[in-house]
Amino acid sequence: MNPIIKTEKISHVYSVDTPFERVAIKDVDFEAERGEYIGVIGHTGSGKSTFIQHLNGLLVPSSGRVLYDGNDIRASKAATRDVRFKVGLVFQYPEYQLFEETVFKDIAFGPRNMGLSETEIDARVREAAGFVGLPDAKLEVSPFDLSGGEKRRAAIAGVIAMRPEVLILDEPTAGLDPHGRDEILGNIDAYRRSTNATILVVTHSMDEIAKSADRLFVFSGGEIVISGTPRAVFLRGDELRQMGLAVPKVTEIAHRLRDAGVAVSADIYTIEQLATELASMRAAIRGGGTNA
Amino acid sequence: MLKDITLGQFFPGNSIVHRLDPRTKLALTLFYIVALFMCKSYFAFALMAVVLVAIIVASQLNARVILKGLKPVAIIIIVTAILNIFLTPGEPIFEWWIISISVEGIIMAVLMAVRLILLVTGTFMVSYTTSPLALTDAIESLLSPLKKLHFPVHELAMMMSIALRFIPTLIEETDKIMSAQKARGADFETGNILRRAKAMLPILVPLFISAFSRADELADAMESRCYHGGIGRTRMNTLHAEARDYVALLGGVVIIGAVVALNILL
Ligand SMILES: Nc1ncnc2c1ncn2[C@@H]1O[C@H](COP(=O)(O)OP(=O)(O)OP(=O)(O)O)[C@@H](O)[C@H]1O
Ligand SMILES: [Mg+2]
Repeated sequence: MNPIIKTEKISHVYSVDTPFERVAIKDVDFEAERGEYIGVIGHTGSGKSTFIQHLNGLLVPSSGRVLYDGNDIRASKAATRDVRFKVGLVFQYPEYQLFEETVFKDIAFGPRNMGLSETEIDARVREAAGFVGLPDAKLEVSPFDLSGGEKRRAAIAGVIAMRPEVLILDEPTAGLDPHGRDEILGNIDAYRRSTNATILVVTHSMDEIAKSADRLFVFSGGEIVISGTPRAVFLRGDELRQMGLAVPKVTEIAHRLRDAGVAVSADIYTIEQLATELASMRAAIRGGGTNA
Repeated sequence: MLKDITLGQFFPGNSIVHRLDPRTKLALTLFYIVALFMCKSYFAFALMAVVLVAIIVASQLNARVILKGLKPVAIIIIVTAILNIFLTPGEPIFEWWIISISVEGIIMAVLMAVRLILLVTGTFMVSYTTSPLALTDAIESLLSPLKKLHFPVHELAMMMSIALRFIPTLIEETDKIMSAQKARGADFETGNILRRAKAMLPILVPLFISAFSRADELADAMESRCYHGGIGRTRMNTLHAEARDYVALLGGVVIIGAVVALNILL
């Protein structure tokens, strides 16, 4: 099957020909399949945000190409515009982009730009609000009267309302409390389950991404230096630490346990895995005890 | 895009031009402008061009950066030149319908374009090589005699430095909001003026909201650090004129003299 989105050696240089010239990403090869959940991690300034803005054509690569469903997204103006709607991009702190009089109108901004009919717009707004758990009553208030977490969810709904086949979110949980974080992650999951969309999340939280991602890409200095399943990536904890990144807390705990002589496996990255291992070890010890 | 606007931008460096006292640079800019507008002979223009090139070389800035800075004013320069070609009376060398072009017109247009390019590039050099803070310090220092007349010099300088400080922030923010709205299919490039003006709304509303909250936060931060205006305030970095500043000022005077001499003699 074709990857739904793919980049071929894309590089991006900011402020060309000025003293501030800076290569933000370099020769990035990336592809994602339909329905995949992808995590992008990397140190501050490693080029994650720059990278994702290429996927919907907001940034034009200095060299290389971006393919959507096998076609260059810059083949024609119409193709570029089309990709804007198919690849939904939620920026960091998206609540600062709300501008309309009511939440409803704000969520409707994207669908309206797509040229949909009023009835279709209405349906999409309500559907998107449903995904992010905003009750109907909130749709008629001003977005500036919402709480911080609600604003964030309204902004995400504004992108979901375009029903993108690829949904990209830049640090969607930054600055939220644990409850708000779980809610947003739940919303993303709900959208993915019902639409089989590809999800790409940029995050600094290893614990969050370890739980949900099928595949991880690690950026360092503008390049993808490690990629693979969370299990494979977190096995390379030492390299991650050298890049200034952490491993999930349970991986850390598992490694400490191993250092202390407890024989848990090295490739643990979720709480459930560690709990299962420890439980089976305890059962083994008890079993051994009765035999002796 | 917006980021390409170099106007009002500072390129840090350590050249002799960077290290001059900002007050000297402001005074020299004034000299430079005066000299430029006194130019009549071609030699005077040539001298000013040489002076500008010397300053650019001494500043160690990339010439491409400086050319880029001219881009936003290119249209003004071109329009001025064209108007001069057609509106300068003189011996026509080309006539068609109501249009007539004269030798004088062409010469006038070229001189006007040269003058504008020298003017713009020369004054931009100050902002390229001087940090905005140093610039406002210099303005405050140069205007300080007006304090005797109860003119709010310090407040003016403070407002200017705050404004200058936040221009890049606002540009960056505008860029971000624009990208975010574009990601939702906003279209700022097509349609008539009315449509485009309406398309700006999704940018302006969030921009104003964040600018106001930023202003609030800044005011709080300044108050909590006991800022209460200019009275009794001392500085960490005071401005000191050095030998090179006096030499530079002398150079400025010599150049004005040279321009006058060239105008009279040639
Ligand atoms: N608009 C811009 N103009 C110039 N340089 C930029 C711009 N945006 C980013 N950069 C530079 O490009 C590099 C990569 O930035 P980017 O925002 O992609 O990093 P990031 O991985 O998203 O970081 P963070 O985790 O802090 O969000 C940084 O060094 C940054 O300074
Ligand atoms: Mg980022």
